[in-house]
Amino acid sequence: MKAHVYERDHINTDEIIPARYLNMDQEADLAKHAMEDIDKEFIHKVRQGDVIIAGTDFGCGSSREHAVWALRGAGVKAVIADSFARIFYRNCINNGFLVIECKGVSKSIRDGSEVELDILKGEIRDTARGKSYHFPPLPDFAQEMLDAGGLLNMVRNKLNNQL
Amino acid sequence: MAQTITEKILARHCGRDSVKPGELINAKIDLVMCHDVTTTPAIDMLSKHGIDTVFDPEKVVIIPDHFVPNKDIKSAEMVRKIRLWAKEQGISAFYELGDHGVCHALLPEQGHVLPGMTIVGADSHTCTHGALGAFSTGIGSTDLAAALAAGELWFKVPESMVFNISGDLPEGVYAKDIILDIIRRIGVDGALYRAMEFRGEIIDRLSIESRMTITNMAIEAGAKSGIIAADDKTRDYLATRSKRSYEEMHSDPDAHYEKIIDINVSDLEPMVAFPHLPSNGKPISQIERIPVDQAYIGSCTNGRIEDLRVAAEMMKGKRVAKGTRCIVIPATTDIWKQANKEGLLDIFMDAGATVSSPTCGACLGGHMGIIASGERCISTTNRNFVGRMGSPDSEVYLASPATVAVSAIKGYISDPRQAL
Repeated sequence: MKAHVYERDHINTDEIIPARYLNMDQEADLAKHAMEDIDKEFIHKVRQGDVIIAGTDFGCGSSREHAVWALRGAGVKAVIADSFARIFYRNCINNGFLVIECKGVSKSIRDGSEVELDILKGEIRDTARGKSYHFPPLPDFAQEMLDAGGLLNMVRNKLNNQL
Repeated sequence: MAQTITEKILARHCGRDSVKPGELINAKIDLVMCHDVTTTPAIDMLSKHGIDTVFDPEKVVIIPDHFVPNKDIKSAEMVRKIRLWAKEQGISAFYELGDHGVCHALLPEQGHVLPGMTIVGADSHTCTHGALGAFSTGIGSTDLAAALAAGELWFKVPESMVFNISGDLPEGVYAKDIILDIIRRIGVDGALYRAMEFRGEIIDRLSIESRMTITNMAIEAGAKSGIIAADDKTRDYLATRSKRSYEEMHSDPDAHYEKIIDINVSDLEPMVAFPHLPSNGKPISQIERIPVDQAYIGSCTNGRIEDLRVAAEMMKGKRVAKGTRCIVIPATTDIWKQANKEGLLDIFMDAGATVSSPTCGACLGGHMGIIASGERCISTTNRNFVGRMGSPDSEVYLASPATVAVSAIKGYISDPRQAL
């Protein structure tokens, strides 16, 4: 998988999916405009299974979950950042979309590098340079939600059990 | 155990005596707010998961506001879908065009917000409602679907930061300047995941509307919520708006705060946040002559009646500068009517501004005031990200209604204190 690296901090949801496209809510439609206001070339470069690497506070701003759908629809498998804005982080976890906090990687891994991701070990490997970066495992509740396939599946199971 | 107001509200809503920051809890939700952009995906998710009824139609409020009056066919279809769904679910609090407004101005105005409540809304500025002593936070569409289905939601109990605001607020300096100064000090992630609690003599003196301007922008510092405990002003505000009983919560004097920040505003100047972050605030005396193509007065941050009164005072008998456009959008229908009754709309239009129907439109570059590449807008809104109000090559400067109004008259960013 290829890493699309944005060293910048505070990449916000207006840049990830501009409001002019919020009259749509289907993943395939949104995907065409993923990252449009920060990098017009992104959708031409990205391949299924790639990752985005960025600085601090990724996904700040609007609560639009369209940001997660646009990235997922464009083929992005995970976002790795120094830190995340909270609503974006929640939206990813709730969708079963992988978000990894790993400080400093945006300053180390070069844009376009091939990387490998080992979730269980908590490791990102920069294959060409042979370097590894480590991150703490996902919190248990986030892992449970990923395993369940997202929050709504959990809610439905709970509601069914109450009947 | 000593607790903050936020901890007390969350504990009460998960059936416990106390909670600690960092704990994961499932909290009961008292009020779920939906708008046009984030709700249709939630409706689809519910139906896909075979969940066909909401937990309690009385606890759901729907306010189409982002692209109303419908800006295009796609937006019209979205609102139609929500309208039909609301009817099917028996949700009576659906604010149709004519009773409409920007959700965070309308929700408290119409008496839906009470102290001690837990409120979630599928919009990041839902933190606004903390101004009445509620725990209120923004969520996405999946959370919205979950809250609509189950009436509860998972939360990590946030650490609290308290901001003690003291001194004397100088003339020409307003709540907007206070919150822009706070965000300048701590940064756009300075309160990440935290609850921002505001108190002190200045907060006591501020009106409920001004308090909402402050809690509205808690998200711009990354916070989960902003909160101000209820006092007599809150009780008076609610007296004419709601007949329902409520239970106020107040922080214990020895509650634990992750940070205590004391701010004296006696020397505060009008603030302007430069592109492209709300934390890029500068005192107005340090700003050189910056011409503006557009001046925008409105939004959930500063589109309430007291904001329009201040702006009208600045614009009365004057003309918007040649080469500058000025757009005024009262945040709700009631505010529009009140502004009309007080003659404020005449003042704006006589000055050469245009006044439009309530909508979030211009604030997020949706419709009704989009700016072109190379253009610059000074705005009373809350975000100045790249492309926020239109072209990715445009610029947004954030300021108080007084500063924006004076800047519209002068044609460049100007100090409202010189106009007083």
